[in-house]
Amino acid sequence: MSSAEISVFARPNDRLRRRKLVGRGVELIAWFAAAMGVAVLGVLVGYVAERGASQLSLDLFIKSQAAAFSVTSASQGLANAFVGSLVLIGIATAMAVPVGILIAIYVSEFAPRSVKPVVNLVLDLVAGIPAIVVSIFIYGLIEVGHGQTGLAVSYAVAVIMLPFVARSTIEILALVPNSLREAALGLGAPRWRTTLGVVLPQTLGGILTGTVLAVARVSGETAPPLVLSYVVSQGVAWNPVHALQTVPLAIYELGESGTPSDTALAWAGAFVLIMFILVVSLSARWFAARSRRKLGGSR
Amino acid sequence: MSALDTTEPTRRSLSGRRVYFGDTLLQVVAGGAALAAAVLVGLIAYKLVQGAHLAISTFGLGFLTHNIWDPVHAHFAAGAFLYGTVITSVGALVLAVPLALGIALFLSELAPGWLRGPVSALVETLAAIPSVVIGFWGIVVLLPLMANHIEPALHSALGWIPIFGAPSTSGAGYFPAIIVLTIMITPIIASLSRELFLGVPRELKEAALGLGTTRWEMVRGVVLPYARGGVTAAVILGLGRALGEAIAVSQVIGATPYITKNLFSQGTTMGSKIAVQFLNATPPLEPSALIYLGLILLVFSLIVNLLAQLVVRRASRRLRG
Repeated sequence: MSSAEISVFARPNDRLRRRKLVGRGVELIAWFAAAMGVAVLGVLVGYVAERGASQLSLDLFIKSQAAAFSVTSASQGLANAFVGSLVLIGIATAMAVPVGILIAIYVSEFAPRSVKPVVNLVLDLVAGIPAIVVSIFIYGLIEVGHGQTGLAVSYAVAVIMLPFVARSTIEILALVPNSLREAALGLGAPRWRTTLGVVLPQTLGGILTGTVLAVARVSGETAPPLVLSYVVSQGVAWNPVHALQTVPLAIYELGESGTPSDTALAWAGAFVLIMFILVVSLSARWFAARSRRKLGGSR
Repeated sequence: MSALDTTEPTRRSLSGRRVYFGDTLLQVVAGGAALAAAVLVGLIAYKLVQGAHLAISTFGLGFLTHNIWDPVHAHFAAGAFLYGTVITSVGALVLAVPLALGIALFLSELAPGWLRGPVSALVETLAAIPSVVIGFWGIVVLLPLMANHIEPALHSALGWIPIFGAPSTSGAGYFPAIIVLTIMITPIIASLSRELFLGVPRELKEAALGLGTTRWEMVRGVVLPYARGGVTAAVILGLGRALGEAIAVSQVIGATPYITKNLFSQGTTMGSKIAVQFLNATPPLEPSALIYLGLILLVFSLIVNLLAQLVVRRASRRLRG
């Protein structure tokens, strides 16, 4: 009632001023939110850089963690974790990428119109399954009664990677101009040669950046090694049949332990991990933007 | 492969196009890969049901409502973990949604051109930081801050609201878990919403501004309604991410499962319980009960993703008219 009175009797200038004020207020909040987001990132990376960078040394990369529960010697390096992560993520990538590309080829080149959304939905569902659930699934699939193995981590990570690789490949395949396919088919090339020989080579750069982004995404996954590759002996080991230490799990354990030397080592591991992820994902994004411009340049 | 180059067309399709063996092969292999992804979802569900079977048959649906986790007497129920999962996820949404929408509005409507690219990249970067690092930062930096400053301050200022009860001594509890989850899901919701806001047709925005609206009135009247479906889906996806997060939450939430209104109390979520307990479980019933928790999480994640799809499809149908 009273608001109706105000709107009738208030001078138009007052109302305009109020509307502008509300607008300003909301804009201020949006600025503040953006500043918050950037500040949180700054604080996180800042802490990790400040505490982690000072711990960097050659020892970090060539010495391994001390045996678990050792009271006599503190850990000096994470060589075992770096090697383990490298091996296990490498195997996972080798498994996830070909399957992901095949799924993308099916969706963009072969699937009937009615099937496409179904495959996309399945990819979304797989991407939405929590890493911890994937981990206990793999545990139930291959580890029950057999003990811990690094390969199980690779399987779990491959499952987590798969939808990322498939989706980014689908996106990049969609950018290949149809005229290219029509030209190849028109010259009499069979469909499979058109796909593998003409379309796919156009997208190699995009697939590579998609893969690299997926690797960056999963290199910090902690649930799979926590459930599947929990390590007692800590030397450098390469054989993925045995349980291997990984960088994220090392950070997790060292962080829980709480002794100053362990905490320092965890900062160092976190610093290396974050730097790896940042450098890799930012450069991949840059490449992606470039190759997209090249592919979509005619439009 | 080159041996196949000279393969004669083996048959003709109905339309008269020649069909090569290589075509069929590639279609079958690629289709098989897609089918495998679908089978994978089914297999995960099957394996979890199988693993949880013992717990399901022992505790039934009462598993969801009771609150006990007693390995000695082999009696397990998920009540407190379910409560913790819901409280932390909803709490994170309450903080993250306004923050994320603010960031998205800033990036799509307000930011000067030179600021958009860098800030977008920074927000995406925040999404790439592994949860274990956020959790570790939480242990070392956030928890002491909580215990010594933030929680006592909130308690003395707003203590009459039950959620700001007695501060925890270690700092670990629901509240830092909510903060950590907020840090994780804000960038996801923000970058999805930003793309949706940018997708609002320019003519609509200009029409509103041309009618004399302020920028905020244009956003409220045009941008938000237009993007509503997609933003809802983005929020649901953020919720899904928060529900399933195990590692970072387990690092900062403590270990004791209390069902309490006090956000400063320690707690546990389903994901963090699995993460902490899975390798220490006493067979046969406890591992099965943990897999039961995993099954509940799986069901949550499937529902959340299907819901998001539904919302998006509905909205796009509405927009197409």
